[in-house]
Amino acid sequence: MKFLRNQLDKAKHHFEKGGKWEKYYYAFEAFDTFLFTPNTTTGSKGVQVRDAVDLKRMMMTVIIAMVPCLLFGMWNVGHQHFLAIGQAATDGAKFLIGLKQVVPVIIVSYGVGLGIEFIFSTLRRHPVNEGFLVTGMLIPLVMPPDIPLWQVALATAFAVVIGKEAFGGTGMNVVNVALTARAFLYFAYPSNISGEVWTYLGDGAQTVAGYSGATPLAISANAISTQASAVAELTSFGSGWAEGIYSFKSMFLGTMPGCIGETSTLMCLIGAAILVMTGVGSWKIILSTFGGAYAMGLLLNALGGNAFMQLPAHYHLVMGGLAFGAVFMATDPVTASQTETGKWIYGFMIGVFTVMIRVFNPAYPEGIMLAILLMNVFAPLIDYFVVSANKKRRMQRATV
Amino acid sequence: MGKFIRLKKGFNISLAGKATAKVVEADPAETVSIKPADFHGLYMPKVVVKEGDAVKAGSPLFHDKKFESIQFTSPVSGEVVEVKRGDKRKLIEVKILADRKNEYESFGRHSVSDIANLPVESIKDQLLKSGVWVNLVQRPFGTIADPTATPKAIHISAFDTGPLAPDYSVLFRGQDQFFQIGLDVLKRLTPGAVNLNVHTTSEVSTVFSQSKGVEVNKFSGKHPAGCVGVQIHHIDPINKGDVVWTIAPAGVIQIGKLFQTGTYDASRIVAVVGSEVKNPQYYKTVTGASIKKLVAGNVQGEHVRYISGNVLTGTQIAADGHLGFFDQQLTVIPEGDQYDFLGWIKPTTSKLSFSRAFGLLSFLSFGKERVLNTNTNGEHRAFVQTGVFEQVTPMDVLPTQLLKSILAEDIDEMEALGIYEVIEEDLALCEFVDVSKHNVQEILREGIELIRTS
Repeated sequence: MKFLRNQLDKAKHHFEKGGKWEKYYYAFEAFDTFLFTPNTTTGSKGVQVRDAVDLKRMMMTVIIAMVPCLLFGMWNVGHQHFLAIGQAATDGAKFLIGLKQVVPVIIVSYGVGLGIEFIFSTLRRHPVNEGFLVTGMLIPLVMPPDIPLWQVALATAFAVVIGKEAFGGTGMNVVNVALTARAFLYFAYPSNISGEVWTYLGDGAQTVAGYSGATPLAISANAISTQASAVAELTSFGSGWAEGIYSFKSMFLGTMPGCIGETSTLMCLIGAAILVMTGVGSWKIILSTFGGAYAMGLLLNALGGNAFMQLPAHYHLVMGGLAFGAVFMATDPVTASQTETGKWIYGFMIGVFTVMIRVFNPAYPEGIMLAILLMNVFAPLIDYFVVSANKKRRMQRATV
Repeated sequence: MGKFIRLKKGFNISLAGKATAKVVEADPAETVSIKPADFHGLYMPKVVVKEGDAVKAGSPLFHDKKFESIQFTSPVSGEVVEVKRGDKRKLIEVKILADRKNEYESFGRHSVSDIANLPVESIKDQLLKSGVWVNLVQRPFGTIADPTATPKAIHISAFDTGPLAPDYSVLFRGQDQFFQIGLDVLKRLTPGAVNLNVHTTSEVSTVFSQSKGVEVNKFSGKHPAGCVGVQIHHIDPINKGDVVWTIAPAGVIQIGKLFQTGTYDASRIVAVVGSEVKNPQYYKTVTGASIKKLVAGNVQGEHVRYISGNVLTGTQIAADGHLGFFDQQLTVIPEGDQYDFLGWIKPTTSKLSFSRAFGLLSFLSFGKERVLNTNTNGEHRAFVQTGVFEQVTPMDVLPTQLLKSILAEDIDEMEALGIYEVIEEDLALCEFVDVSKHNVQEILREGIELIRTS
C-alpha cells in the first residue's frame, strides 16, 4: 500500500495547479480518492471530527442492495430463455446464459457513463460524482435482456448529459437519471423496449409450441376486451410450456419475463430491507409507494368496471416494475421529495399514478417509470407546501 | 411551573478520555488572553491599554466602538505583554502576563437585599464596568447582549450534552450561594422569567436544585438537548422582533461573585479531556488561560490537536494557545491527516457514524467510548438530501432548507425558516453527520451576519 501511495504522491504534483496535466486534476482526484480516503482534516473552527460516512459509501450501499436483484436477474434471463425454447437446463447453465447477456450491458453502461462523467469533470472543473456508481447499475437492471448495446450506450449518454450534467451534476438533477435513460429508449426506440422483448431467445432459436412473450400487464389489459377475468387469464397463461408462469407466487418470486433486474418482488424486498436497515433509503417512500398502489388497486376494485379494474389489488404490487421502482428509483435522495412529510405524499402518489396509468392508459402498459418521472417533477412542489406549512406555524406563533 | 420536555432526536458522540470527577489546582497560567473572536456582534474593538501597562483583574483592556459601555476586562492582575493584531490591524487578542498577586479592581459590594432594590441602571453599570456583562449572549444571532435592550426572558442551560462535556456538579460545586445571587441579579434585568433548564436523568447539582425565583424546566434526550437554543425553541420560541438573553452557569456565578465581593473573579474549573490526555480530569484555572500548564506532561501521542471547547463547536488552538472566553473544556484528540487505503468502503467498528451504511458498524456498539481523529472521512460534495439533518435537529426547523436559503442569500426565506432561533451550536451535529461534508456552522454564521448587517 505504501508503494501505491508513494506513486500517487509522486504523480500528484503533475495534476495540481501549474502541473503539466493540471486539466485532468479531477480525473486524478477521482482515482486517488477511490484508492485512498484523502488526508484532509477538519477546519480550525466548527466541528473537529466528522462522521465516517461519505457519499461513496452511501452509493456503494445502494449497489450492494441491488446485488440480489442482479444475481437473480441473471439466472432468470437464462431461465426464461430455456423455457421459451423448450429445453431443460441446470441452474448453472441458466446463470451462464444470463451472465453472457447482462455483463456486456453493465460494461457499456458504466463505460459510457463514467467516460462522460470524466469528460465533464475535466471540462467543467468539478469533482467526479459518485452518483453514477448507482445509476450505472440501475440502467442495466431496467433494460430488456436482449437490448442492443448501442442503444444502451446512447440512452446512458443521453441520460447523463441531458438528465444530469446539463443541470450541474449529481445533486442538481431534477429527474432520476436511470429512468431518463429508460424513458429515452421507450420513446426513441419503442420497438426494442416494449411489446414482446422481455425474453432472450438467442439467434435463430425455435420457440416452443404455444410460446408467447406477452407480459402480465399486457394480458390484464387484454382481458378488458375479451371480458374474461384477468386473474384467470394470468393463471392459465403459459399452459403447455410454462405452467403458472404468471401465478401470483411466480410473479412474487420473479420467475417471469421482464427487465433484467426488476422481475422479482422478493429480491426487491431484500434490497429494501438492506436500504432501510442501513438507513440509506427512505422507508417512508418505499412503504407509501406500495401503499399508494394498493390503495388505488382497492379503489378500482370497488368501482368495478372492467376486467383490469377488477384485478385484485395485491396483484399490482408484484406485476411489472412497481417493486423495483419503489425501492431503487423512487428513493433516489436527489430527485425525491426532500421533506419528511413530503416523502409520504410523494411515494403515495407514485403508487397511485402507477396503477392509474397501468389500468387506464393502453399506450403505456407499465406505469411506474412515468409515475416516478412525473413525481420527480412534482417533488419540489410538494416540498414547497410542506415548507410553507412550517413557515406558517412560525408566523402564527409570532402573531398570537 | 416549568415545563417538562422530552426530546427524541439527536445523537451523543461518545469519546474516549472522559474526565474523572477530580479537581486539581493547576499551576497558575503564565499568560491569559482575551480574544474578540470569541464574541459575535463586535464592530471594531478599541484597545485602551498599551504593552507594558500594569492591570488588575477587572481593569479594562478594550471596548467596542459600537457599545462603548461594554468593557472587556482583564481576568487576572499582571502586565499587558502583547496586543496582537492581524490583517488591517484587526485585533486578534490582548495577552496579559499574570503576576500571581491576584489584585482586583473594586466595583462595590451589595448585600442580597440590596440587589432587589438597586436601580436597574446601576446593576447594568456594575456588570458592564467590571467585564462580566460579556457573559450575556443575545438571541437572535448569538451576539453580545445589547445593554439598552430589555429581554423577553433569560435562559440558562444547566447541563452540557456535548462530547466529553464537563459534569456541572463538579464544575460548580460549592458555588450555590454565588449562583443564587447571580440569578437574583439577572431577575432584575428582565420583566419575564429567568429559565433554568435542567436534565432529567442525570443527577441535578444542588447548585441548581436549590435555586429560587426561577422557572425550572426539565429536559430529557440526547445532544443537542443541552444547547440553550434548542431549549428556548421548546419553552418560548424566538419570533421576529423578540430579544432573549442566554448565559452559562459560569457567567451567573461570576455575576454573583461580583455583587457579593465587588470583584471580577475570573477563576473557573476546566475539564481537560480527550483520548490523548493522560489524566483526564478537572483543573482550576482562569478564563482565557494559557493551556501550556494544563497539557505539560499530560499529553500522549505526537501529533495531536488542541481544541478549546468540544469537538463539535470548539476552536483549534496551538499547544501554547489560550482557552476561549466561554470554554470550560479543553479537548485533545489525534490529528487525522493520514490516507486510508480504500477507507471509503472498508468495514469499520472504530470510526463513529450516525449512519448505518455498509461497513459502518459503530451502531453495534453504541455508546462505546471511541478515539476519533480530525480526518474529514471523505470529500466535499453537493448537497444530497439524506434526511439525517432532520434526525439530529430536535426542533421544528428545516435545516436543509434553511441552509439552502442562506446559500442563496434569500433573507426573507431565512427569516421565514427560523434563522432567528438557531446559532452554530444548535446545528453543529448537522455538520458532523453531513455526508457531503459541508461547513454547516460557517454557512449558518454567514447567514446570521448577512441578516444582522442588512
